[in-house]
Amino acid sequence: MNNRLSLSQAFVFLLRRDLLVALRNRAEYAMPILFFVLVITLFPLAIGPVPELLSRIAPGIVWVAALLAAMLSLDSIFRSDFDDGSLEQILLSPHPVAVLVLAKVCAHWLVTGLPLLIAAPLLGQMLGMPQQALPTLLLTILIATPVLSLIGAIGVALTVGLRKGGIILSLLVLPLYVPVLIFAASAVDNAAAGFDVSAQLTMLLAFLFLSLSLSPWATAAALRMSAS
Amino acid sequence: MIEFFNMGGYAMFVWPSYAISALVLWLNWYLPRNQHRKLLRQLQSRHGSQQQ
Amino acid sequence: MFLWFHKFGSPPHFYRIAGKWIPWLSGLFLVLVTAGLFGGLIAAPPDYQQGDSYRIMFVHVPSAWMSMLVYVAMAVCGIIIMVWRMKLAEIVLISSAPIGASFTFLALVTGSLWGKPMWGTYWVWDARLTSELILLFLYLGIIGLHNAIEDKRVAARAVAILAIVGAVNVPIIHFSVEWWNTLHQGPTVTKFDKPSIYWSMLLPLLLMALSFQVYYVLALFQQCRAELLRRERNSKWVEEL
Repeated sequence: MNNRLSLSQAFVFLLRRDLLVALRNRAEYAMPILFFVLVITLFPLAIGPVPELLSRIAPGIVWVAALLAAMLSLDSIFRSDFDDGSLEQILLSPHPVAVLVLAKVCAHWLVTGLPLLIAAPLLGQMLGMPQQALPTLLLTILIATPVLSLIGAIGVALTVGLRKGGIILSLLVLPLYVPVLIFAASAVDNAAAGFDVSAQLTMLLAFLFLSLSLSPWATAAALRMSAS
Repeated sequence: MIEFFNMGGYAMFVWPSYAISALVLWLNWYLPRNQHRKLLRQLQSRHGSQQQ
Repeated sequence: MFLWFHKFGSPPHFYRIAGKWIPWLSGLFLVLVTAGLFGGLIAAPPDYQQGDSYRIMFVHVPSAWMSMLVYVAMAVCGIIIMVWRMKLAEIVLISSAPIGASFTFLALVTGSLWGKPMWGTYWVWDARLTSELILLFLYLGIIGLHNAIEDKRVAARAVAILAIVGAVNVPIIHFSVEWWNTLHQGPTVTKFDKPSIYWSMLLPLLLMALSFQVYYVLALFQQCRAELLRRERNSKWVEEL
């Protein structure tokens, strides 16, 4: 290429490309959200349709399901690029790999994390979550699902070269998700009880910035390792 | 002596925890050692057969 | 100093040195552990609140300390691997993982054995127990990842990255779990309130902790030697053995 892309152009280019790919494979990318809805549906079936109980544990259920759905969709961040070799192109590009990784993670979040924002309040309603908890639920999803994508990206980058990466990926990633789960679920829980949630939200924001600044580097290092 | 083994009524909890600790620590010592020996033996036999 | 570092880092040299140290370390470990056990099981008086059950502490607390120490050691190895690509660090890192996992496992099992008479149940979602459990998962993840990657040099780098990421996360996890616990804690858990610990109990505890540290080095050397031999079976220095 003669006309070299600037860094921001490359970022936008990669983001656009990934979103376009996602648009073409709509069915595949709808799976995680479907999974999310299904898992939540299972809980009333298992526990029984007791409204008080369901509304009490709704925040926990929604967040565990969100965690699992995020994990299920992780593999798609780098899988197709790894298979068709475009990952090596990315690694060879003159731009810092961490920034390009960030573009891919952003695209992944827009495709898989953002739809949760629409589905979650709906399911919250079905579980009988109190009305005043819904804004907090949306806020936590908005803040915390990017963290899930960012941390998950490290795990995927480590396992993308493996044939049986799926199980190992969950073993690697789920323990690292624990802090997000704790604070996000407790924020919604507190909101449902009518308490202040600013402490939890601040913590989640701190996680977001921390993972935003550290995770791309680790992911880039892991990708170099996997591609070698 | 019996008093010592009785552990003030907590024998059921004290001794198993020591036993399992001993077992796990011993395994961590024994397994690599065993493996090491096996490897050495393997290498030796390979080396010997090469020389013949 | 740097030369020594270099020499110590070369596999054949390390293999020989470790071989020489193992008998000494074993002896030291046996002396320390005997003294610690004597002090802990026989010399120390029963606790005025917990009776004799507190004696589990002499294996539980050192295991818990070691489970964290080993993880820190692994993370340090991870950094060395990423920066200098040192072969020995790779081997130390992966050899530490099963030992660390064992310590974590022991801390959990002895902790719940202590919890049964004290708290009335084997398992409480106590902050320390919970973060210890998550630590165990982290260890298992590292072992699993290493097993899954066939090329062991690549595996070492993967594990190094994971160990570093985990080390950044461990304090966060611990803090969150602690916070979560104070929020949810039911009245059933009676905290192990600390009267100032007696010298006769502290001394055996420290002896046991020291002996566990020696044991770690001992088991690590043992494991490293096996791993070294397995990896370098075709190299010249192995043939000369």
